[in-house]
Amino acid sequence: MAVVVDNAAIQAVQISVWKKAFISLKGAPLIPLFIIVVFILSAILADLITFHDAHKVSLPNRLIPPFWQDGGTFSHPLGTDPLGRDVLTRIIYGTRVSVIIAGAALTIGGGFGTLVGLTAGFYGGKVDTLLMRLADITLAFPLILFAILLVMVIGPSMMNVIVAISLVLWARYARVIRGEVLGLMQRDFIARARVSGASDWRIMMRHLLPNVMPTLIVLLTLQVGWVIIVEASLSFLGAGIPPPTPAWGSMLADGREYVSTAWWVTTAPGIAIMLVVLAFNLSGDWLRERLDPKQRSI
Amino acid sequence: MQRYIIRRAGEAALALFVLSIIIFLMVRLTGDPALLMLPPDAGIEALEDLQRAMGTDKPLVVQYGLFINDYAHGSFGDSLRSKTPVSELISDRLPNSIKLIGAAFVIVILISLPLGVLSAVYKGTWIDTLCTGIAVLGQAIPVFWLGMLLIQLFTVKLGWLPSSGMGGLTNYIMPAFSLGFFTVAAITRLLRSSLLEAMDSEYIKLARIKGLTEFKVIWKHALRNSLISVVTLGGIYIAILITLGILVEVVFAWPGMGRLLFQGIVFRDFPVVQAVVMISAAIVITTSLMVDIAYAYLDPRIRLQ
Repeated sequence: MAVVVDNAAIQAVQISVWKKAFISLKGAPLIPLFIIVVFILSAILADLITFHDAHKVSLPNRLIPPFWQDGGTFSHPLGTDPLGRDVLTRIIYGTRVSVIIAGAALTIGGGFGTLVGLTAGFYGGKVDTLLMRLADITLAFPLILFAILLVMVIGPSMMNVIVAISLVLWARYARVIRGEVLGLMQRDFIARARVSGASDWRIMMRHLLPNVMPTLIVLLTLQVGWVIIVEASLSFLGAGIPPPTPAWGSMLADGREYVSTAWWVTTAPGIAIMLVVLAFNLSGDWLRERLDPKQRSI
Repeated sequence: MQRYIIRRAGEAALALFVLSIIIFLMVRLTGDPALLMLPPDAGIEALEDLQRAMGTDKPLVVQYGLFINDYAHGSFGDSLRSKTPVSELISDRLPNSIKLIGAAFVIVILISLPLGVLSAVYKGTWIDTLCTGIAVLGQAIPVFWLGMLLIQLFTVKLGWLPSSGMGGLTNYIMPAFSLGFFTVAAITRLLRSSLLEAMDSEYIKLARIKGLTEFKVIWKHALRNSLISVVTLGGIYIAILITLGILVEVVFAWPGMGRLLFQGIVFRDFPVVQAVVMISAAIVITTSLMVDIAYAYLDPRIRLQ
């Protein structure tokens, strides 16, 4: 009998979790979330959902307009670029670059910044002063200039773009997380954890980190768009993803000379960047409203 | 106040120092800078000559001293491509970049103030939705793509505006607008939220009770206080305008520092890239320092923190 009751209780809890998930999705920005899902799925499934080679140059097919214009064909729905490569295929493959760079830079930069913020806020005093000065100096750095320099010396590659962005990104996280931690340190549960003999590391990871999670998630979501735009800017300047890898920024650079004759080469990747960045920004705003009432005014 | 200025200036100086070290080390750690300075087809004698001339056989500290000394005297080496001193190239281009950034700054103020005020005053109406929508879009559209869209519309389709170079006043419209748009978006959003906060405050109620016109209440009393939050971030906005300027200059073939940098990247002209990055970063760091100090001077709350 007792077992039955337990099962029922568990089921009740499960239902309420699902219900909660459903309720919390109410008022969610569905179109942006849909765009994010499509964006990530295209990166994963790029090989399956494209029919053309993203790299194969075919000069006879260069600059074919999109299908609704004269001379366009359905085999190249969004037309071809100056080297005869299918624009739609390259846009779909371009999601890979954006997903990898945003994912890696935010993991490395955000992870390191969170660690620095936790340390600074937890230990306070000289450690705090030193780490925050370091963060301020990093924030004073113009990122794009720094990345250009790095790429000039070591050569353009996806790795270097990730390194350059992470090197600057951490400071934002360190500052914000440290501010949160300072507030949490005054609370009773930290003192109690200390009394019960928890190590510094354990307090940071088990007691502080879960409490700064909402802020961290909001910040991460809001910065995906920013990282994508920075990557596109670097690729546009020729200091990002080296050709022929399809990246949205370098597609815009490829089409720059053809703005007046072949508008589709630059319009399609531009719209792709805009939609994805918009989707992440709107979802981030929504998350902030839900998870972090304190920051609503910002 | 003095302590604040000293602290901020120290930070800026440190940032510049770190930057110069990074530039210096990055080049030397990845091989001999003479190799980077030489064209790919140069012979071994040319390499040895250059190594001696640049002093790369000396210890790192001495080399760093020489590097800083050169930069402090405005000698940045010669461009590999045009063989002219980089300092000449930069002094030709720098004024053009400043003009473009100035024009963008004017556009930012002309557009973002009315947009921010309108969306706060007409909160919840279609006007607010429109203004906020523009602001949200501005942060999602890469400036260089916006530039291309403008060229497609106003140069290719309508033929109203020139798409490249400097000349008359019409040459400024599209570059300055695309450069400013991101900042317009940021300031509009910020201004809207801080205005809404101000409108709720006691001194606005008092101003209304006094019988001031709505126009005076908003534009004089509320806006003045809300602008503080915008001015606080002034340094950041200027830094954004300078770095985004590079991209816009490339799109519109604007003869400024950004285009110089772009050509430097394309032709792997290392002395040019190094000098432009160092100088632009120095400008960004010093302007944000000056904005911060001016702001601390105006608002006692900051310097007393």
